[in-house]
Amino acid sequence: MSKQQKERESLFSPRYRKLIRNPLSIENPITVQVLGICSALAVTTKLKPAFVMALSVTVVVALANVVISLLRNGIPPRIRIIVQLTVVAALVILVDQVLKAFVYDVSKQLSVFVGLIITNCILMGRLEAFAMANKPWPAFLDGIGNGLGYSWILIALGFFRELFGNGTLWGYRIIPQSFYEAGYSNNGLLILPPAALILVGTIIWIQRSRNRSLIEEY
Amino acid sequence: MKGGRFEKLHSTFDAFETFLFVPDKVTFKGSHIRDSIDLKRTMSTVIVALLPALLFGIYNVGYQHYISYGEHPGFWQIVGYGLQKVLPLIVVSYGVGLGIEFIFAQYRGHEVNEGYLVTGMLIPLILPPDIPLWIVALSVAFAVIFGKEVFGGTGMNVLNPALLARGFLFFAYPAAMTGDKVWIAGKADAYSGETVLGHAMIGNSDQINDPMGMFIGLEPGSIGETSVIAILIGAAILLFTGIASWRIMLATMLGATALGLLVNAIGANEYMRLPFYFHFLMGGFAFGLVFMATDPVTSAQTNRGKWIYGVLLGALIIIIRVFNPAYPEGVMLAILLMNVFAPLIDHYVIQANIRYRVKRAKAARVHIVK
Repeated sequence: MSKQQKERESLFSPRYRKLIRNPLSIENPITVQVLGICSALAVTTKLKPAFVMALSVTVVVALANVVISLLRNGIPPRIRIIVQLTVVAALVILVDQVLKAFVYDVSKQLSVFVGLIITNCILMGRLEAFAMANKPWPAFLDGIGNGLGYSWILIALGFFRELFGNGTLWGYRIIPQSFYEAGYSNNGLLILPPAALILVGTIIWIQRSRNRSLIEEY
Repeated sequence: MKGGRFEKLHSTFDAFETFLFVPDKVTFKGSHIRDSIDLKRTMSTVIVALLPALLFGIYNVGYQHYISYGEHPGFWQIVGYGLQKVLPLIVVSYGVGLGIEFIFAQYRGHEVNEGYLVTGMLIPLILPPDIPLWIVALSVAFAVIFGKEVFGGTGMNVLNPALLARGFLFFAYPAAMTGDKVWIAGKADAYSGETVLGHAMIGNSDQINDPMGMFIGLEPGSIGETSVIAILIGAAILLFTGIASWRIMLATMLGATALGLLVNAIGANEYMRLPFYFHFLMGGFAFGLVFMATDPVTSAQTNRGKWIYGVLLGALIIIIRVFNPAYPEGVMLAILLMNVFAPLIDHYVIQANIRYRVKRAKAARVHIVK
């Protein structure tokens, strides 16, 4: 009984809370580790697909972390990558089917990028670096944390790119027609992939000028 | 100023104090490549070289406007209309650009330098006259922040900021930068205002059989780049004062000529059969070559590198113009691309030189031993 009490206390101990908090800022998968950039450029032209993509990745990385963490002592080291890929692929297929069943239009917009979650570096990185060496609960928290770290960047990119590139948010018109009549026009550059790269660069710039310990030495 | 009440504003004060003047702090001794002509004087010379193109541009904006209505008013009325269109562009360009430069310099404790004086004049000259001012402000802000300040300010930029501003506009607001609607300020509706390049693109070769007209430059186009004569005057000033590199200019002409001749020889379509020397007169070739490609910061630094840079640049301009139907104007994209490659070219030129010298030193040593 007392042992269980102790376990329960430590569920959200400072160390565990860090697993969620750090990936949001100083260990962010996109802006600090620079992983998963490809999908961040591809799916963020609109807010809605960006949000769905972020959610899918968060779910997949959290569950995959738990599964691999449970299997970690039984996986032969020489074929661990293959095992990880199999687990991730199974989860991605599940997510893909769910998306097709419930949000078919978004699923069509995301097209190949849901399938490409399998090759997303964030997943392989977390599985290799964390889940293979930790218990299921911290692995789960680590997955959620990294998923959220990925998510907020995607949602921020989707917000700015849709608002200024299309004048809409979540498909609803935000910038009124009178603006366009007064001479305003949408920024076509924001729809193109390089704009996402510039926006990510801007986030990195702001983050590193606020926290100088993130600046690499060379 | 040190320790005074306004010490924080030192860089702002210093910028105004030495504005366009040669400061007292010149070098008297020293072995390196410094001399008493500093950055400020260099930049002011470029501005002077830009003046002919600017003045002609102002006249041409007015001239094109009245021509489209079939009117022929007096000289001063034409200039007046041109001023009314061009001056706001210059004011916005300088206001926004210098504002951002001052803020960054102040924040980082640098001195404000004259890098932006030239950029701020170049930007209005490469824009169509009818462009909305807020778009100009946005592109200037983009170019200064992402082209220069991110890399550490004047002298550290990889890309030419003025061209970056135009590139931003070109991709962000294509409607304001292409087509036949934008090149004549306040034009009459029934009048076709395509640029010469636009005509060439759609195969209207009867519209472009006037090399003399393109040389003088009374034609629709970006404000400062229509008149080859005005640009040549500027080029002469830059070459005479030794500020622009003749190597780059010559090499670019050679590269463009070589590829232009090759394309002529193939001659598969109307645009390919266009005589190669027309490319020198059309669009932004002359302007880009004289004022943008020779930018000492973003072009190659080594002499051999300048030759390579120039030849590749000339070839690229013709390739983009002739083979890419989406971009009638290749000069901007070609220069931006070569800006990116310039450090690489320099690196290999320097490495080759090092290898050559090591080899020579070894040979000399063998000789002595024998």
